[in-house]
Amino acid sequence: MAEAKYETHEYDVVVIGAGGAGLRAAVEASAQGVKTALVCKSLLGKAHTVMAEGGIAAAMGNVYPEDNWKVHFRDTMRGGKLLNNWRMAQIHAQEAPDRVLELEEWGALFDRTKDGLILQRDFGGHRYARLAHVGDRTGLEMIRTLQQHAVHKGIDVYMECNLQRLLTDGGRIAGAFGYWRESGKFIMFKCKAVVLATGGGGKAWKVTSNSWEYTGDGVTMAADVGADLMDIEFMQFHPTGMVWPPSVRGILVTEGVRGDGGTLKNTEGKRFMFNYIPEFFKAETAETEQEADAWYEDKKNRRTPDLLPRDEVARAINSEVKAGRGTPHGGVFLDIASRRPADYIQKRLPSMYHQFKELADVDITKEAMEVGPTCHYSMGGVRVDADSTATTVPGLFAAGEVAAGLHGANRLGGNSLSDLLVFGRRAGLYAAEYVKSFSGSLSVNNDQVEAHARTMLAPFESRGNENPYTIHTDLQECMQDLVGIIRVESELKQALEILQTLKQRSLNVKVEGNRHYNPGWHLALDLHSLLTFAEAATLAAIERKESRGGHTRDDYPNTDAKFAKVNVIVRMKNGEFRLSQEPLPEMPDDLKALLEEKK
Amino acid sequence: MADQQVHMRVWRGDAQGGNFRDYRIAVGEGQVVLDVIHAIQAQQANDLAVRWNCKAGKCGSCSAEVNGKPRLMCMTRMNLFQPGETITVAPMRTFPIIRDLVTDVSFNFRKAREIPAFKPKPKEADGTRRMFQEDIDRVQEFHKCIECFLCQNVCHVIRDHEENKPAFAGPRFFVRLASLEMHPLDANDRMELIKQKAGLGFCNITKCCTEVCPEHIHITDNAIIPLKERVVDRYYDPIAKLLGLFSQKK
Repeated sequence: MAEAKYETHEYDVVVIGAGGAGLRAAVEASAQGVKTALVCKSLLGKAHTVMAEGGIAAAMGNVYPEDNWKVHFRDTMRGGKLLNNWRMAQIHAQEAPDRVLELEEWGALFDRTKDGLILQRDFGGHRYARLAHVGDRTGLEMIRTLQQHAVHKGIDVYMECNLQRLLTDGGRIAGAFGYWRESGKFIMFKCKAVVLATGGGGKAWKVTSNSWEYTGDGVTMAADVGADLMDIEFMQFHPTGMVWPPSVRGILVTEGVRGDGGTLKNTEGKRFMFNYIPEFFKAETAETEQEADAWYEDKKNRRTPDLLPRDEVARAINSEVKAGRGTPHGGVFLDIASRRPADYIQKRLPSMYHQFKELADVDITKEAMEVGPTCHYSMGGVRVDADSTATTVPGLFAAGEVAAGLHGANRLGGNSLSDLLVFGRRAGLYAAEYVKSFSGSLSVNNDQVEAHARTMLAPFESRGNENPYTIHTDLQECMQDLVGIIRVESELKQALEILQTLKQRSLNVKVEGNRHYNPGWHLALDLHSLLTFAEAATLAAIERKESRGGHTRDDYPNTDAKFAKVNVIVRMKNGEFRLSQEPLPEMPDDLKALLEEKK
Repeated sequence: MADQQVHMRVWRGDAQGGNFRDYRIAVGEGQVVLDVIHAIQAQQANDLAVRWNCKAGKCGSCSAEVNGKPRLMCMTRMNLFQPGETITVAPMRTFPIIRDLVTDVSFNFRKAREIPAFKPKPKEADGTRRMFQEDIDRVQEFHKCIECFLCQNVCHVIRDHEENKPAFAGPRFFVRLASLEMHPLDANDRMELIKQKAGLGFCNITKCCTEVCPEHIHITDNAIIPLKERVVDRYYDPIAKLLGLFSQKK
């Protein structure tokens, strides 16, 4: 029996991933009185949320009383090019303020307004200053607050424990299987519900702001048990990553730099964003430098195009560099020094100041930064029910970046941290409800478990001689070059072929050493999820023959009314991905009216 | 710039023992120690164990001792060293070895559990929580902590004194305690813990922790010393003690 053979634990709910969504889900499930485990690949408090900088979007109206959930809803939908799940966007906008205030109840200390309330900052695509923040280290404040709260609630935490496969019984979730990174020994969880909170798969690209953890685990685990994936063609390339020196290429430069007064310039010293204002955003965007400058003084004016949604800005930078107006290192300039005094910059953006000073020898209070697009966020992921976060597999829930729907074709900055809180809580709540109403019994299938164990140990017994690091690097080159910001069918198809060879090569991976804290083995195992994520994203990118948000096709440069009405769904069947297009849920008229309001 | 060869000495081993191994590897422009460790891992020693996440000084995962100095590997530029200098990378010494550069830092997670949680005061009459920036500045300094545990690693109370660990929380948790004690909304009382179980008295303010903090938190001056003053005020102030006696009789 698998239970006798491997370390086994029994819970009602197992939450996989301990970033913002996982922590919030675990806190909620535990508060609902069900036995909850929180399992994470790194040490607690190191998840990707810790790197989030700018803030949490929530229409609290502390800076602009005119702000409310309806405006936030509208901004989110427009930013997502109307492909968002309307119900998720509504819930998100309505619940985000309460989730932020809740963090304050748990000890978080946000920057304050003059009246002593939570200060909110400007960000791309948000009509009003809306991001609750702590300088430029908001994610750290959020994760530490949630972490400490979870610890004091006595939730069982399994750190450096990598769950790689879901176990099912009659199509329902029955557990999860993986290994301890330290000992390399297998561990099994028997449970009624699993919450996936594993983040995205940005580590499949070369220039990325994502850490080693972002290997597409959740998407792959869900796909492997037959759950639907959705919108996975939409990958956000954040417009501002560091570009120089090479070793820091891709590291994030917060949008807060632009929110707080930074502007983009090309090597001719021109603020080029005025040349890239799309029709869709014309009405609300300043047309001249003079008009944009007036916005910094009074936010009632039309806003600077530097703060257009991320997809627009990333494409603009890409075009400038292609046109030969980029820096020798392939970026453009981001200048805050000429608008803001040094002490303001250091107070508002301390970690950016530190990061450029230490890693690039650039003093951002005196000089411009060099920036360029970096792979940042996966809008798509596992398809979920808007209210409950339930996936198409009974007992499986998903929240945060791993889930699809809220952000549509492009996510607005600040909407990720609020997403984690709003839908993390809902995932914990509905997973607990599912467990409570569950009847019947579940058992773990021994053959399933043994098959997983054999696959995971294969790299030790392999007769091949492939180096897992080399395969990973080749994958990153492939995705960067062929499935990047600007896509074209011939290259996407070429990528698919390369992915097939990489899959074959990954079967011949050989790892040296033993199972004891062995990163080579860990990476060899992650190749499965990296390759699965990459393949799903590429297939979906071929399917969507239009340009929209985080998916730009050189061969179909415009939006297409036909594709405006559908999500691309990817589903694994008998070991192969199948694609389909399914209609978006119909939006109620009162919400449609909000979108049409010209403000 | 052409790639330069460097000579790295990296500690390899586990709880049973180990030694420094030599690696010669090319270093590219702008690289940090963590880049070089990753290059060794990818090209010469696939199983070299190291923790890392953000690679930007924000997560506090890649702590190690580089040429004997506790540092984040991701924020230690290779051009800090002289050309031709051998660079030694060892795991943090204060924590038990797991493997290579990875140590067992569970001590810190146990200490975190012992600290009573944040407990908010009642809200304002209008249902809000008002705090002013000047009142939270100093606590926000403490919240900058990325839990790299380098301060714990250099603290001489526990660095070579395993026996002190049960009775000493260490600088990281003095910072945490100070952040709670000075939080404008907190209503919990942790003074007994600070005095007794956390072992604040062991600290004789040599400031080693402050020196290694990658976030430049003034651990000694802003957290530890004020906490020591509070302990003195509570437990050793004769006038307060007298007043305390009277108020108890009321």
